[in-house]
Amino acid sequence: MSVSLILALGLGVLGYVIAPRRAVAAAGGDARKLAALPRQYGLNTLLAVLVPSFAILIAGSLAGAGLYLGWAILIVAFIGFAGSLFNITPDYRARTHAESWIKLILIAASVIAILTTVGIVFSMVFEARNFFSQYDWKDFFLSAEWSPNFRGNSSLGILPLLWGTLYISFIALIFAVPIGLFAAIYLSEYSSRRMRSIAKPAIEILAGIPTIVYGLFALVTVGPFLRDYFAAPMGFGDSASSVMTAGLVMGVMLIPFVSSLSDDIINAVPQTMRDGSLGLGATKSETIRQVVIPAALPGIVGAILLAASRAIGETMIVVLGAGAAARLSLNPFEAMTTVTVKIVSQLTGDTDFASPETLVAFALGMTLFVITLCLNVLALMIVRKYREQYE
Amino acid sequence: MTHKSLLTADVRTKKRNAAEARFKAYGLGAIVVAMLALALLLTSVVSTGSSAFKQTYATISVPLTEAKLDKSGTRDLAVMKKVTTIGYTRLLRDGIVTAVEELGLETTLSAKDIGKMLSKEAAATVRNRVLANPEIVGTSVEFKLLTNGRIDGYFKGRVTMESAALDGNTSPEELQLAQQLADAGVFVTTFNWAFLTAPDASDQRPEAAGLGVAILGSLYMMIVVLVLALPIGVAASIYLEEFAPKNRWTDVIEVNISNLAAVPSIVYGILGLAIFINFMKFNQSSPMVGGLVLTLMTLPTIIISTRAALKSVPPSIRDAALGVGASKMQSVFHHVLPLAAPGILTGTIIGLAQALGETAPLLLIGMVAFVREYPAAYSADAGLFGEASTALPVQVFNWTQRADPGFVERASGAIITLLIFLLIMNAIAIFLRRKFERRW
Repeated sequence: MSVSLILALGLGVLGYVIAPRRAVAAAGGDARKLAALPRQYGLNTLLAVLVPSFAILIAGSLAGAGLYLGWAILIVAFIGFAGSLFNITPDYRARTHAESWIKLILIAASVIAILTTVGIVFSMVFEARNFFSQYDWKDFFLSAEWSPNFRGNSSLGILPLLWGTLYISFIALIFAVPIGLFAAIYLSEYSSRRMRSIAKPAIEILAGIPTIVYGLFALVTVGPFLRDYFAAPMGFGDSASSVMTAGLVMGVMLIPFVSSLSDDIINAVPQTMRDGSLGLGATKSETIRQVVIPAALPGIVGAILLAASRAIGETMIVVLGAGAAARLSLNPFEAMTTVTVKIVSQLTGDTDFASPETLVAFALGMTLFVITLCLNVLALMIVRKYREQYE
Repeated sequence: MTHKSLLTADVRTKKRNAAEARFKAYGLGAIVVAMLALALLLTSVVSTGSSAFKQTYATISVPLTEAKLDKSGTRDLAVMKKVTTIGYTRLLRDGIVTAVEELGLETTLSAKDIGKMLSKEAAATVRNRVLANPEIVGTSVEFKLLTNGRIDGYFKGRVTMESAALDGNTSPEELQLAQQLADAGVFVTTFNWAFLTAPDASDQRPEAAGLGVAILGSLYMMIVVLVLALPIGVAASIYLEEFAPKNRWTDVIEVNISNLAAVPSIVYGILGLAIFINFMKFNQSSPMVGGLVLTLMTLPTIIISTRAALKSVPPSIRDAALGVGASKMQSVFHHVLPLAAPGILTGTIIGLAQALGETAPLLLIGMVAFVREYPAAYSADAGLFGEASTALPVQVFNWTQRADPGFVERASGAIITLLIFLLIMNAIAIFLRRKFERRW
C-alpha cells in the first residue's frame, strides 16, 4: 500500500512537470495562447492525481479494505493522470479546474469536524448498546448501588456517580462563580488600565495550567491540608481525598472561565446604559447591581452553564482529588467518586470488551456526553442570542 | 425641615458610600483570592518538585572480581550474562564497605545495611557497564552510582532523622553515615540530568525514574498534532470563513465546531479507544493514536483562532486582489493567508500547548503503561510512531499512583518540566503576536 502511495505521489510530480510542456506544445509553443498559465496545468494534473488517491486511501482504511486498496489507489491515480493530461487544449481552463480541486480539499477538511462528532456518537452508541443488551437499563439509571465485580454479577448503578459529579461541580461553582464574577466586575468597571493589564493575564494563566497540575495540587497540598485542619478536628472523617478537596481545586480552575467570559459580556453592555444610571445619581456599585448585571444576566448565565459543563466533564482533578468510593452521602469531607473517574478506572488496566464491567464505561461516557452537550448547546444559544441583542 | 450643607454627608449617603466601598472591596478581594490560588499552586508544585532536579550520587570504586563475574575467565558474554544483578549487588556492597573503612568512619551498621544505601538500580548500572566492556573485569573501577531514594531524600530535606526512625526502609544510623560520607566527598548531590533523559523505573527505585520516554512520547505526539491539525484546521477555516455559502449546512458545521470545543476531553479518549484502537487496529499506547486523538481535540481551538485571524484581515485587501484580476482562491492564498499567518501561528501554538498538557484521553488509549524502552519514531513492525510510549502528563499521573513517597517529588518535578515547556510555547506565541500583529 505504501508502495502504491509513493507511486501515486511520483505520478503526480511527473504530471506537474509534464503537463505545462504539453500545454505549451498544444498551443504551438506560444504560452500566450493558453487559457491559463502553464504551471496551472501542472497544478491541475498534480491535484487530479493526488486528491482522488488520498480520498480512496482514507475511505479505504476507514472501511478496513486492506488488500485491494493499493491497486485501487494506483488505478485512481492513473485515471487522474491520464484524464487531466488528455484534457489539455489551449482553451482548457486549468486554473478554474485546479481551484475546484483545492476547494474540494477545503470542504473535506471542514467535514472532519462533523466526522468527529459522528465518530464520538457512533463509538459510544455502538458499545453502549452492547452494554444494555447485557445489563438492564433500568438498573443502570435507577440503581443506587455501584459495585463492579470482575467475576460478574456486578451492580452498576449510575446514581452514586452522578451524585458525586454534581456535588463536586456544585461546590466548585459555589467557589468559582462569585470570585470569577466579582473579579470580572472589578476588572471591567473599577480597575486602572495598568492593573487590568497585569491581573487579567495572571488570572488567565490559571486557565492555561493543565488539569493534571491541579490534580497533583489537590492530592499533595489541598487534600492533606483540609484533612488535618478541617475534617479531622471537626470530626467529619479522615480522608484526604474528598468532595471538598476536588471541589475547591476545581473551583480555582473554573475562576478564569467565569471571569473572562463574564468580562466580555459586561464589556458588551453599552456605555449609554451606565451613563444614564450614573446621571440619575446612582453610585457606581448601584449602577452595576441594578443596571449592568441585569442587562448582562443572560450572558452570565451562559458563562456559568459553560463552567458547569466543564466541571462535570473534568477528569484529572477528580481522579486525584475525589477518591474512588461510590457513595451517596452529604458529608463534603468524605471521598466520593464521579462518572469520569469510573470511566477511567473501568477502561484502564486489563479490559475485556465483552464484559458489562468494561462496557459500562461507554454507557457512562454517553450519559456524560449527553449532559455536557445539553449544557453547551443551551449556553451557546443564550450567549449568542444575548450578543445579538446589543449589536 | 432643616437644610444641611451638601458638603456633610447625611446618614443615607454615608450608607450608600459604605456600600460602594464594600462592593469595590469584594471585587478586589476576588482578584486577590485568584492570585493567591495561583501563587499557592505554583509554590506548592515548585517546592515539592524542584528537588527532583538534584540527585545524590556515590562515587566508589568497585572491585570487579573475576571469580564472581566471569568464573570461566573467557570473557564470553553469554556466560557473563548469567550473573544477575544480585551478584553485582554483593560487589557493590564490598566497594562501599571498603570506602567506609578506608575513611575510618565509625558505624554500628552491618555490611548489609551499608550496601542498602546504594540504589537497587546501581547494580544494573555496573552490570551494563561490565557487559558493554568485559575487559574491565578483574580490575577495580570507580563508578558514579545512584544512592537509595531515602538517602537521596535526606540530602534534599525530604527524609529527616525523625521520619527515618519510623521508616522500615532506613534508619537514623544510615543517615548519619550518609552525612559522614557526604562530608568526606563520597556522596555528592549534583544536578540531575538523568531525570530528563532516563526512562521510568520500577516501584522500589524512585531515585532512578526519569522522563526520557515521556518527553520523547510527547514530542512524537506534538509532531503528529502539528502535521495534521495545522493544515486541516487552516483548510477548514478558510472554507468556512471565505467560501462557505450561508446556509443550513454551514450552520450545522459551525455549531458543531463550537460544541466540539466544549466536549469533555475524556470523551475524545473513548473515541480514540473505540475507533482508532478497537476498530482501526492501531497499536495501543502508541504516540500515533495519542497524536490522532489530540489532533481531533485541538482542531476546534485551531479553527476558532484561525477564523478570527482571517476575519481580522480587512476586506479591502481581498477587494484589491480581486480588482486586479485575481481569482477568489488566489486572493485568499496570495494575500489574506500570509497576512493572517501570525494570528494562525499563535492560535496553533496555544492549541499545541493545550494538547501537551492533556491527560485524560491518553489514559484511555493505554499510555499509562510502564515503558522502559525508548520508542523509535519508525519501526518495521509498529510503523510510524507505533511503538509503546508514555507522555509527560500521563507520567505524572502514573507516579502519583505509586506508593513510595519519592515519587511525589518526581511527579512534581515532571510538572515543573511540563510547565516550563508550556511557558516556552506561550512565550513564543506572545512574542509572535507582539512582533507581527497588525492593526488595520
